[in-house]
Amino acid sequence: MLRDTWLVFSRVMLPVVRNPVAVVFGLAQPLLYLGLFGPLLGDTGWQWFVPGLLVQMALFGTAYAGFSLLPEVRTGVMERLRVTPVSRVALLVGRVGKDVLLLVVQGLLIMLAAMLFGFRATAGQMLLGLGLVALLGVAIGSVSYAIALKVKLEYVFASVLSATIVPLMLLSGVLLPMSNGPRWLYWLSRVNPLAHVVDAERSIFNPGSVLYGLISVVALVLVGVFYGVRTFNRESA
Amino acid sequence: MIEARGLARRFTTKTGPVDAVRGVDFDVAEGELVGFLGPNGAGKSTTLRMLTTLLQPTAGKAVVAGHDLLTDPAGVRRNIGYVGQKGGGGLDQRVADELEFQARFYGLSRQGSRRKIADLLERFDLAGLEKRAIVTLSGGQQRRLDIAMGMLHDPRLLFLDEPSTALDPQSRRNLWEHIRQLKDDGVTVFLTTHYLDEADFLSDRLLVIDHGSIVGEGSPDELKHRVSGDLVVLGTPQASIVASKFADAVTEGEKVSFRIPNGDRALPGLLRDLDNIGVELHSVQVHRPTLDDVFLTMTGRSLREEANAA
Repeated sequence: MLRDTWLVFSRVMLPVVRNPVAVVFGLAQPLLYLGLFGPLLGDTGWQWFVPGLLVQMALFGTAYAGFSLLPEVRTGVMERLRVTPVSRVALLVGRVGKDVLLLVVQGLLIMLAAMLFGFRATAGQMLLGLGLVALLGVAIGSVSYAIALKVKLEYVFASVLSATIVPLMLLSGVLLPMSNGPRWLYWLSRVNPLAHVVDAERSIFNPGSVLYGLISVVALVLVGVFYGVRTFNRESA
Repeated sequence: MIEARGLARRFTTKTGPVDAVRGVDFDVAEGELVGFLGPNGAGKSTTLRMLTTLLQPTAGKAVVAGHDLLTDPAGVRRNIGYVGQKGGGGLDQRVADELEFQARFYGLSRQGSRRKIADLLERFDLAGLEKRAIVTLSGGQQRRLDIAMGMLHDPRLLFLDEPSTALDPQSRRNLWEHIRQLKDDGVTVFLTTHYLDEADFLSDRLLVIDHGSIVGEGSPDELKHRVSGDLVVLGTPQASIVASKFADAVTEGEKVSFRIPNGDRALPGLLRDLDNIGVELHSVQVHRPTLDDVFLTMTGRSLREEANAA
């Protein structure tokens, strides 16, 4: 099982290692937010904004991960792998592992870049912050692959993603504080587990409690991985 | 190597249940090369997907490579090779990498897999392509790579789903030689095809499937013998006189066609007789029965037309 996961991870990691340009392209979007949106929040905004940006990276980075599975379904790669004795769980976890590793690397680079603007963090805070974001990535990545395996078509998958990710992001308060809005909008954000994760991520770099966010992210991981594993065990790709 | 009993698969669709495979029984002996022949949609791939653990049967059972399909699918997977219709190489992977991962998924060590890969690259004429991205290979090369990936763990039973689809004639020939070679090495091969020439060239034995049921079984020659006789086509201005001498004769302008057993031997005598009654002939053709005739007699439809329509 561990060996299988490592093999699946290495297999999907190899093209990235051979051609790391993709990692740099993945940084374009958060860098734009950092350079073109961050300054709007003023000099004191960085401590507040950068943790939210990390959560946003986890959301966008891993939710779209399912796209990398679709060509492998179409060209018969998944089918070939499913006839080998390789663990079905490894087929999922190995892939998620790649996306989470890339996310952590990109998150680290973004934090370092943000320091040039005035973001301040200790090594310990950065480690905890990346850990929380990585857990979120595991949850979202698992669900993304499971949905990709079910819908099988790019255009369906793309519309499923935009219909879910945009509201999740808007209601998480990564861009502006939800408490600035009307009551109904604030309460709507409270039922979004991602909002609690954002709060917890901010509490790592600022005073505050990480409790609810940690509970949310652990719940998301359990549900996401359960759903992903069940789908990979069942679905005949 | 394969014992299938009452194997069936029903799919639930919006328009109601569809019985893709309606309870098939068959055996494949060790070392055989068995062709599973039928038009598109006959149930070939569904049967193959059940036998390779990709699809749960809705009824029936099977023992594949010594392991029970229902109770020990992992055992089946370890002992079979499978080459799917769609291929199976990751387009962004390099040839040697993809082979090595595949070998290691089957539990081979890094060392063992490298040795095995060198062998197979040689055997399937892929040497020198190790570092190429799979997306840059030709159709024939990709197909040979697919088969090499199916053979890394030395399975004694190999499943091939429509192996030569979308290949040019030369690559098909080449692929057939490779498949024959596998059989000569003692591998049991079970392949599906809707090409008559492929079934004819490769198979020791054919199973003919139509509408989810097996409608015929035998070696290509046996099956052809079941079609009664060879087709003789005579060109003559006195077509109606000739037609009156043979039951089931079909006249088409100045052409008469009919079937007689052992046409090549019967023909000289036949021609003498016709000459004696004053029939003038300007052309003579004898056709051995083809698998298409076989399919036509078994199902009432021509596989060739089916294949063209698809």
